[in-house]
Formats: sequence, C-alpha cells, structure tokens
Amino acid sequence: MRRRVLPGFGISLGYTLAYLGLIVLLPLVALAWKATGIGFHGLLQLLASPRTLAALRLSFGGALLAALLNVFLGLLVAWTLVRYRFPGRRLFDALIDLPFALPTAVAGIALTAIYAPNGWLGRWLAPMGIQVAYAPPGVLLAMVFVGFPFVVRTLQPVLQSLARDVEEAAESLGATRAQTFFRVILPVLVPTLLTGFALALARAVGEYGSVIFIAGNIPMRSEIAPLLIVQKLEEFDYAGAAALGVVMLAFSFVLLVLIALLQHWSGRWAERGA
Amino acid sequence: MSGGSARGGSTGRWLGHAAIIAFASLFLIVFLLLPLASVFAEAFRQGMQAYLASLQQPEALSAIRLTLLVAAIAVPLNLAFGVAAAWAMTRFEFRGKAALGALIDLPFSVSPVISGLVYVLLFGAQGWFGPWLDAHGVRIIFAVPGLVLATVFITLPFVARELIPLMQAQGSEEEEAARVLGANAWQMFFRVTLPNIRWALLYGVLLCNARAMGEFGAVSVVSGHIRGLTTTMPLEVEMRYNEYDYVGAFAIASLLALLALLTLAVKTFLEWRYGDEIAAHAPGGH
Repeated sequence: MRRRVLPGFGISLGYTLAYLGLIVLLPLVALAWKATGIGFHGLLQLLASPRTLAALRLSFGGALLAALLNVFLGLLVAWTLVRYRFPGRRLFDALIDLPFALPTAVAGIALTAIYAPNGWLGRWLAPMGIQVAYAPPGVLLAMVFVGFPFVVRTLQPVLQSLARDVEEAAESLGATRAQTFFRVILPVLVPTLLTGFALALARAVGEYGSVIFIAGNIPMRSEIAPLLIVQKLEEFDYAGAAALGVVMLAFSFVLLVLIALLQHWSGRWAERGA
Repeated sequence: MSGGSARGGSTGRWLGHAAIIAFASLFLIVFLLLPLASVFAEAFRQGMQAYLASLQQPEALSAIRLTLLVAAIAVPLNLAFGVAAAWAMTRFEFRGKAALGALIDLPFSVSPVISGLVYVLLFGAQGWFGPWLDAHGVRIIFAVPGLVLATVFITLPFVARELIPLMQAQGSEEEEAARVLGANAWQMFFRVTLPNIRWALLYGVLLCNARAMGEFGAVSVVSGHIRGLTTTMPLEVEMRYNEYDYVGAFAIASLLALLALLTLAVKTFLEWRYGDEIAAHAPGGH
C-alpha cells in the first residue's frame, strides 16, 4: 500500500537508470568492447611487455604500500583528534579533507615544489641521498597524500562511539595500556581500518594528476599505469589503451573483493573476541 | 598491578600523550599545510605584479570561464540525478537495489584517466559514434561537450551519496502524511522533502562542485589541450608548468587552492551548524 501513496516511482527510477546507462554503463561497455580489439594474443603481448609490467607494479604496489601507510598515519591522526583536546585541533580536523578539496594538479605541483632537490624539504633530503621528487618515493608520497583523508574519516565516528567503559574495565582488571590497545581497541577497529584501506587503495591505484608531476615519469622506474594509458591514446593505440584500462579495473576489482572478504572475516573475529 | 605503579606512571603517561599530539601536529603541518603554503609562496615568488599579470592573460581568463561553464552544466545535472536516484532508492522497494547502489558509487573506483578514455572510445574519431558525429559536424571529444561528460562521470556519485543515507534515516512518514492530506507531488516535494534535505543537498553540491572545478585526469584525456578553447584551469596549470612558467602555473593553482579552502570552510560550517540535518554522511566524499 505504501508505495501507492508516494509519487514518482516510475519517473525517478526511469531517470536514474537512463542516466546511469548513458553516463556509466554504455561507456564502460565501449571500453570492454574496444579492449577485445587487441585479441588474446595482443593481451598476452601487452602483459608481457616489461614496461607495462613495471607500470602496473608501480601503480598497484605503490597503492598498496600507500594505503598501508595511510592506515598507520590515519589511525594515529584520528586517535589524536578524537581523544585529545589541544590548541589547533579544530583547524587540523578541518584540514584533513584538504587532499579531497585540493585539485590533484595543484597537489602535484605543490608536492613537487617542496620535494624537488631545491625545494623547502628537498634541499635537506638531497644531501642525505634521499631523492623524493622524480623518483618512486615521490609517487608513493602523492599516493599517500590523495588517500590520506579516507582512513581518518572512516575511523573518527567509530573511535568516537567506542565505549570508554570497556577500556576502563580492561585497565581496572590489570591490563596494561598496550594490552588494552591491542586486545580490546584494535580488534574492534579492524573492519573500519580495512574499509579505509580499501578506499585509499582504490583512489591511489588510479591516481593520475598528483602523481605525474612529481613522478618524473621515467619508463620502467617511475611511470604509472594510467600514464601508460594516456600515452597509448596519444599514439592512437585505442585498443591497447582500452585493454590496459580493463586490466587495471579487473585488478582493482579483485583486490576490493579480497578486502571485502577479509573484512567479513575480521568482523566475525571481532564479534567473537568481544 | 598495584596503585603505586599507576601513580608512578602518570607523568610518563602525560609525556606519552604530549608526544603523540606533538607528532600528529607536526605531521599534519608538514604533510598538509606545507603544500598549501608552497602554492602561494611560489605564486608570489616574483611579486604581486607578476602574479596579477599572469592571471590577466587571455588564456587564464578563458580557462577560468571554461571551468565555471563546465561546472555550471555538470553540477546541476548531477544534482537532479542525485535527487531522483535518492528518491527511487529510499522511497520504494524494487529488485536490484543493491546493484543500483553499487553502480552509483562505481565512478569513484574508476581511474580518472579511464573515465576520460571511455568517452574517447565512444565519441572520438575512431570511436563508436565518431564517424557519424563527424559526418554531422558535431564535436564532442577535444571540445566542451567532452569536458562536460567526463566531469559528469567523475562527479556523479557526490549528491546521491549524501542524500541516500539521510533520506533512508528520515523515512517517508512526513511525505505520506502530506499526500494523504491532499498535497500534489510538487507540493509534497517542495514543502516537505526539499526542506528536510536542503543542507545535505548543499553539502553534496559543494563537494561535487569542488571536484568538478578541480578535475584533471579525466578532462585531460578528452580535452586535446587546445589553448583558449578546451583548457580548464587545472589543464592550464599543467600547460604553464610544462612550459616552465612556474609563477603562471602557481598563480592559477592559487585560485584553485582558494576554492579548496573556501570549500573546506563552508563544509566545516555546514557540519558544525547543520550536522544533524546532514547526518549519516558517508565518509570519504573525495
């Protein structure tokens, strides 16, 4: 009966489906279709190319490492913002979303300016033999930057709702702070940390704007997979570009499914532990 | 553990807390504030006059105009879509709802480069509709429509994502009451639904707009980088940077950074003032 009272079912669902079909589905079908153009042999050739492999390894390896770093940094920052009161806390809290709000091209040139050998930080790192800009560490830095807000923002509400009395009970029962953290707090946070990890990972894998400025884009060394797609397009190798795009999407999909499974499993583990 | 050891540890505990706060603050300053500061430092490196002059060049002005134009088309499209999708998703039961939700979120997990690529494959010279469009004198790729399409794709989820959890939480009792009391569909929407979701709507539009104006990867692929015609502000930043016009690149970048700061300020204000009415917003709105 309920659905009779409210108007607009047909028109809102119809519009939603038509819009998604035209903007999202049709283009993705075109992508898959074009990708088949290189054929099975072409796909093997693409994947066997050392340059493609190096780019995929950098994009996915870098993104995994960046997401892992973001889990640690995000946990530390979210913990600090939720648990402590200190001057500037509100400002810092508002700033967390800066990597979302700042256009990626701007982030890219700003990070490059800072970490280039003559930059504010680069000039101190260069004498120590640490090269960030125009090298793989720069790629990692940009990936950490764009993914940073995800872990903090997913954790904050969970940390806020974490019942203090459980911790107090643990401590009054004689648990040390380390025991309380690793045995009581962390297990509850694992599913949330995995969500943040997955979001940061998905973002970093496909990241383009912030990375290409700082990467230096040296083939086999600091060239990311999305840049390879752009280069194939510029050479009018449409099928190759589409195939690499499909390979990237498939890899991301598999990774995200694995994380979802891990999350499912860890959620049950946390429930049993509690 | 005895009470004595707990008391003895309290100084150590205080030091531990101070160390955590200091480390987190230092990290945020170096990691987030420094890049922001460097944008303005580089933009003003050769003084105010060089800064202003580089912003008054015709290609800078046309980039600003184009960015505003693209956002002015893409944001309202995704606003209308977001409202329609949220209405369908939260007010009715139908099969495949979960799949539809996943499809709405999909653009967030697609690389920006791929988001641009798919439209080249559809509308480019070698694309599905390319030859037909060419014969009819319609240009989409390397022209403004392509920029709009890529931007619409990238920013599609923002408004819907804000509205769906909120409207789900609010339920439909008020709307049903309005209907039973004789309101027509438009009266119900404008007098009941819209007032209930207005701040979440504004919040979604704010994030959508920030991304639309700042998008780089997707528009870069479909733009063709034709100066004065298809270069938005982020693309103009890239072109100037690659031409070693650093002051010029950072001058445009400073405008985009100001937009980012304004977005963060309004966002923080909305969360502080209308937090309850925005409510259940999903984390990670990009």
